[in-house]
Amino acid sequence: MSKMHVKMTVNGRAVEALAEPRTLLIHFLREELALTGPHIGCDTSHCGACTVDLDGKSVKSCTVFVAQANGAEVTTIEGLAAADGSLHPLQEAFREHHGLQCGFCTPGMITRAYRLLQENPNPSEAEIRFGISGNLCRCTGYQNIVKAIQAAAQQMAVATTAPGEAAE
Amino acid sequence: MTVQTPVSLEERKDKLQGLGCSRKRVEDARFTQGKGHYVDDIKLPGMLFGDFVRSPIGHGRIKSINKEAALAVPGVKAVLTADDLRPLGLHWMPTLAGDVQAVLADEKVLFQNQEVAFVVAEDRYAAADAVELVEVDYEELPPLVDPHRSMDPDAPILREDIKDKTEGAHGPRRHPNHIFTWEVGDKAATEQALAAAAVVVEEQITYQRVHPCPLETCGCVASMDKINGKLTIWGTFQAPHAVRTVASLITNIPEHNIRIISPDIGGGFGNKVGVYPGYICSAVASIVLGVPVKWIEDRMENLSTTAFARDYHMTGRIAATPEGRITGLWCHVLADHGAFDACADPTKFPAGFFNICTGSYDVPVAYVSVDGVYTNKAPGGVAYRCSFRVTEASYFIERMIDVLARKLDRDPAEIRMINFIRKEQFPYQSALGWEYDSGDYHTALAKALKSVDYDGLRARQKASREAFKRGETRKLMGVGVAFFTEIVGAGPVKNCDILGLGMFDSCEIRIHPTGSAIARLGTISQGQGHATTFAQILASEIGIPAADITLEEGDTDTAPYGLGTYGSRSTPVAGAATAMAGRKIRAKAQMIAAYLLEVHEGDLEWEVDRFQVKGNPERFKTMKELAFAAYNQAIPGLEPGLEAVSYYDPPNMTYPFGAYLCVVQIDVDTGVTEIERFYALDDCGTRINPMIIEGQVHGGLTEALAIAMGQEISYDADGNVHGGSLMDFFLPTAVETPAWETDWTETPSPHHPIGAKGVGESPNVGGVSAFSNAVNDAFAHLGLTHTQMPHDHWRVWQTAQRLGVTG
Repeated sequence: MSKMHVKMTVNGRAVEALAEPRTLLIHFLREELALTGPHIGCDTSHCGACTVDLDGKSVKSCTVFVAQANGAEVTTIEGLAAADGSLHPLQEAFREHHGLQCGFCTPGMITRAYRLLQENPNPSEAEIRFGISGNLCRCTGYQNIVKAIQAAAQQMAVATTAPGEAAE
Repeated sequence: MTVQTPVSLEERKDKLQGLGCSRKRVEDARFTQGKGHYVDDIKLPGMLFGDFVRSPIGHGRIKSINKEAALAVPGVKAVLTADDLRPLGLHWMPTLAGDVQAVLADEKVLFQNQEVAFVVAEDRYAAADAVELVEVDYEELPPLVDPHRSMDPDAPILREDIKDKTEGAHGPRRHPNHIFTWEVGDKAATEQALAAAAVVVEEQITYQRVHPCPLETCGCVASMDKINGKLTIWGTFQAPHAVRTVASLITNIPEHNIRIISPDIGGGFGNKVGVYPGYICSAVASIVLGVPVKWIEDRMENLSTTAFARDYHMTGRIAATPEGRITGLWCHVLADHGAFDACADPTKFPAGFFNICTGSYDVPVAYVSVDGVYTNKAPGGVAYRCSFRVTEASYFIERMIDVLARKLDRDPAEIRMINFIRKEQFPYQSALGWEYDSGDYHTALAKALKSVDYDGLRARQKASREAFKRGETRKLMGVGVAFFTEIVGAGPVKNCDILGLGMFDSCEIRIHPTGSAIARLGTISQGQGHATTFAQILASEIGIPAADITLEEGDTDTAPYGLGTYGSRSTPVAGAATAMAGRKIRAKAQMIAAYLLEVHEGDLEWEVDRFQVKGNPERFKTMKELAFAAYNQAIPGLEPGLEAVSYYDPPNMTYPFGAYLCVVQIDVDTGVTEIERFYALDDCGTRINPMIIEGQVHGGLTEALAIAMGQEISYDADGNVHGGSLMDFFLPTAVETPAWETDWTETPSPHHPIGAKGVGESPNVGGVSAFSNAVNDAFAHLGLTHTQMPHDHWRVWQTAQRLGVTG
């Protein structure tokens, strides 16, 4: 099958490659770019293990052709830590609150939670549960994931509020 | 001059992060950054991809296979069929249950999606293209779907390969579709108890076919190095050493030339215990083609071919006194094993430990018989987050107890209290042959009832039913009580083996000269956090901080031999080996300390992280100091070094238990069942890491929720599998999953070195009964005694309609 020239920005880095247009974004990320953080857990877009951020939206990269991501800005779990290597508050909170066990859903789950908190920086428990309902976890029963996302939201709110402004 | 503040005993203990502390997991740093290393992340030079051609029908004869068009696809390297594997003797493989299974369908297909041909290509897309182009011509045969019909005289014969065999792996076979009959207990005495009883209840209870469905499917990368003759297989193996031995036995490759590596595993839940055709085909393809071959299941393949669980059709009878005291228990099980008997049970237990079905109760006589039969369904019968067939047994007895309570119009909690094995009866010999090591059931249930205000719940339920009658609500409230006793930690080698491999486990420890350590175990974590918790066990045993202990598992070239992780056996068996190996380290360290402190060994005592002279604690040597001396000081009569290995053969199983309560609200017009509250009290003996225990309980309860409320793999009359994708196999999201309340009591195992019993599977074992009892309880006042799982909206609505309460 003939290949197309694809260009995109992944985790802040410009990448280009030749790929069959039917290549799924998840395979392109994992096999072409060696970004093996996002995983494949199903064939029907239910599990969310492959979740990445595409132009400011959470997408299931197993259901996006690489051709559709041409020219896009993509963020994966590998792109969430700061340039100095310090972890994103969600990454810290998942560890702190035991929000993971086997770790297979974790990259997709954190990447989804990252976008959720961009969309809604102060979600209620119900909003978090609904907001991550496209991501399945077989180990944790979600309770500690919800706790971790709540904790990260608080942490991020504190970080974005300058000292002295916090209390009103 | 600086004055060193003396470090308190508590500070020294805290520094170790040993037993009982909620140590954060060491695994998490890599997982939260996308740096886990799972099998599909492996990429080797020249690696090819394998994919299966699968049967579209449930039962048929293969008339021909035409590979030509597939082989013409660019990038396709090979298409293997049974005929290609036959010369190697690998077209069939032994199952863990003493049966054989076709690696690639040999003349016949016996279930939908069975492996028929294996395509190997340069990338997964080319392989998938070629799969579509392999032409297989089938002659359809009548499918056998209903296990109740398997042994009918006119039932189609499924396994032509063994149709004349009158002796199976577990005794005589009386029909070509019969696998085994397993009997335990005293039949005559039980029948007598039933005949003499004032009260007898009977119920048909089916535990439907489900699937463990870990988020990562099964897969492997096989790589044959032709230069040194070594076959390495990375794969999703819950029992890597057992895989190595079995692989050696069936391929005749010497065991030292096989290396099995389980990398990070994305959940197992029993799905990854078995040996699957994909492993064999990948290995053969690598041997033939001389390059590494990867095979990764997709989700539909996972759900419809590798390792279903349950599918037990149970009939129970309880004999009791008018006061509700049980005098006998009778049970018959029809076990649907699918097309091949591929259960992962210890050899002597073809129905696993189903004979734990007397549960937590002092049942004087009991009898169980299990008939295993073939049908045109996928093979499996694995222990899905439980010890072998223990969820089935627990579900059976916990439903039966409720049925008895209904019959006597007594409270289900009260009937349990009346029949519990009493604390002073432990160790307790059950009527079906087990010795329960320890328990305190009355205390646990009493604590649970108090915690949820059980009387208050019942009063609220009464009021709610009256409100329903008055037409003020369309909801029915149900309260489910469940109490379970598990049997885990298989097991004593004298009666537990799989394919002849004894079910001990192991730990090997090396203390480094500067006082840090590495420990290797025969088990393999799939999310349980072994690297965190086993280091805690060691920290408490040898006084080295958990943070300074590296844990390694899963590489058969480096780890000591063990039977792997399933059946909650890691903590009971490998955890015990860890403690025992630690004690060997300590024993040698004590000799070194005695020499250095110039006292008799008997004059020393161990305290947290050091040996000190009795009565003179100022004179001591820390483990760190002793480690250095072990390597660098010549000590008369002692070899240098500080290492130990322990192979632990447990004297008994362990018997975790717990009391669960579930409150549901059922909308009778829609069947929607809301879980209003779920309380879980677990007693897993000594608690190693409360944070991890709680996490395991949350996860196990969520799997129980899935099974009780929605999961089912079913087959239509033509043998088509339903529930074979996440389109229709229920995995709860965060929305359906309630908040869990957890609690505990602590009754240490008397025979385990640290008193631990295992916990990961308890919530699944106890949880399913609690949900199901709650749903049944909601309708109890309308005369319902039992309705089959799963309690999805459709079935619950049907029940409501049958009972005449829908609008």
